[in-house]
Amino acid sequence: MITLDWLYILAGIIFAIWSVLSALDSTNGKGIGNAAFWGLLAVSFFFGGQFSDLANGVLVLVLVAIAGFGQLGRSDPPTTNLVERAGFSEALGNRLFLPAMIIPLTAVVGTILYNWTPLGETGLFEERRETLILFGVGVVLALGVCMVWLKPALLAPAEEGRRLIDSIGWAAILPQMLAALGGVFALAGVGNIIGSLAGEVMPENSVFIAVVIFCLGMALFTIIMGNAFAAFPVMAAAIGIPVLVQQFGGNPAVIGAVGMLAGFCGTLLTPMAANFNIVPAALLEMKDQYGVIRQQVGTAIPLWACNVLIIYFGGFLLWN
Amino acid sequence: MTNYWPLAGILIVVIGFALRFNPLMVVVVAAIATGLFGGLDFVAVIESLGKAFNDNRYISVTWIILPVIGLLERHGLQQRAKALIESVRGATMGKLLVLYLLFRQITAALGMKDIGGHPQAVRPLVAPMAEAAAEKTHGKLSDEDNDKVKGMAAATDNVGLFFGEDIFFAIASILLIQGVFESSGYPMATWELAVWAVPTAICAFFIHGGRVLAFDRKLGRPAK
Repeated sequence: MITLDWLYILAGIIFAIWSVLSALDSTNGKGIGNAAFWGLLAVSFFFGGQFSDLANGVLVLVLVAIAGFGQLGRSDPPTTNLVERAGFSEALGNRLFLPAMIIPLTAVVGTILYNWTPLGETGLFEERRETLILFGVGVVLALGVCMVWLKPALLAPAEEGRRLIDSIGWAAILPQMLAALGGVFALAGVGNIIGSLAGEVMPENSVFIAVVIFCLGMALFTIIMGNAFAAFPVMAAAIGIPVLVQQFGGNPAVIGAVGMLAGFCGTLLTPMAANFNIVPAALLEMKDQYGVIRQQVGTAIPLWACNVLIIYFGGFLLWN
Repeated sequence: MTNYWPLAGILIVVIGFALRFNPLMVVVVAAIATGLFGGLDFVAVIESLGKAFNDNRYISVTWIILPVIGLLERHGLQQRAKALIESVRGATMGKLLVLYLLFRQITAALGMKDIGGHPQAVRPLVAPMAEAAAEKTHGKLSDEDNDKVKGMAAATDNVGLFFGEDIFFAIASILLIQGVFESSGYPMATWELAVWAVPTAICAFFIHGGRVLAFDRKLGRPAK
């Protein structure tokens, strides 16, 4: 059976190559820092499952120290210039899009086939991980096609990948780190405290204000945690179910579904949702790391108001 | 008497981000403070941090896509994306991004949320196309406007994904909602929940689509 561990080994190999190339890169003054950072991440992918929790924790602290004390630099491995790229674009034409499409197509078509045909009974992939594993399969396929078709130097994909990962830098592991923070928050009972605080400010008899507080809680808690999934169980247990459903008799389907979407409006507003808001700013080489969030404020706020109205009308006025 | 001290971790996150300290550092300091205030000892906090980091490795696995994207960029992928847009008559940034928003919402609603995304679609394709279309209409853009176009391209991907995916009944968030309500005695089928994602999806399309078109119009006018 192909498990997630296979994917971790693949990722470990790629990060290890980036680490070695960084160490050998004399043009990057902070090459050693980069080598240590990507190397530790490779170690985490290879051996994280065997390490004790404490060893993994120490690994996290070292990673953070390297990034926090500014030891990560940006490399600039040799690549093609703009004129050469224009020439390639001209010569290769729209076929250039095909290798890029291999990855999502493998993931999507593969997932559909695996779940809706007898293929799934073979038990080829680890349960519920088939999409991510197929994503890895797609990457390997696309890389193979590119190597055969474009015939670049053997190290070219590694160097081009390193150019991109260095432009992202420490932000590459921020989403994973935030997930870890969520784990600690849960252990310390942060959700329960917020839930009881929200319960205390609830008014006695206004349905509309209760809906507003529920949606506001979803959005604010999502802004803090960077993830509506962390906010939802807390707000549903504090207000959604006891107040909106049980006390005021609202429609549970509307309250659940649209409450989550009110949380998604918060995701648009927070740097804590790093992989949606901070990483793309780095990937697109924008000067302002909050540039994506700035473009989303004008959509998130009116859309949040729409969600309040949808719950109020759909869950209460039309339902009763 | 509830112990409110663990909330200090949240305060640390907010202040840390506001003062622009390194976010990794902010997150770890917040985690340690929260754990200590929550009654854990220091070693236990480091252990729980290490365990959670390790359990969530799958999040960072997706970077294995970068060698492929980098290789295609080396061979002119971004230039190709621009050339394609320049060849389409009547293509404007506004129309392009509205179309992408619709495409992203519909594919996500059908469960194909991996079509699109920032490393695999926005950086190599959508953002260069949006820039090319904007320059076609408005001429050469200032650096500041160029950044805004990129930001809007990334924002369009996010809005399309967030407010499309919940229409698909087998998505993680729908399963989570179902699980939370079921454990409180309100069992529901996933499609009963998913259907209520449709009104918000329509609102999202008109609000964000309208903003994209307005942004395109405003870009042409000289700054006051």
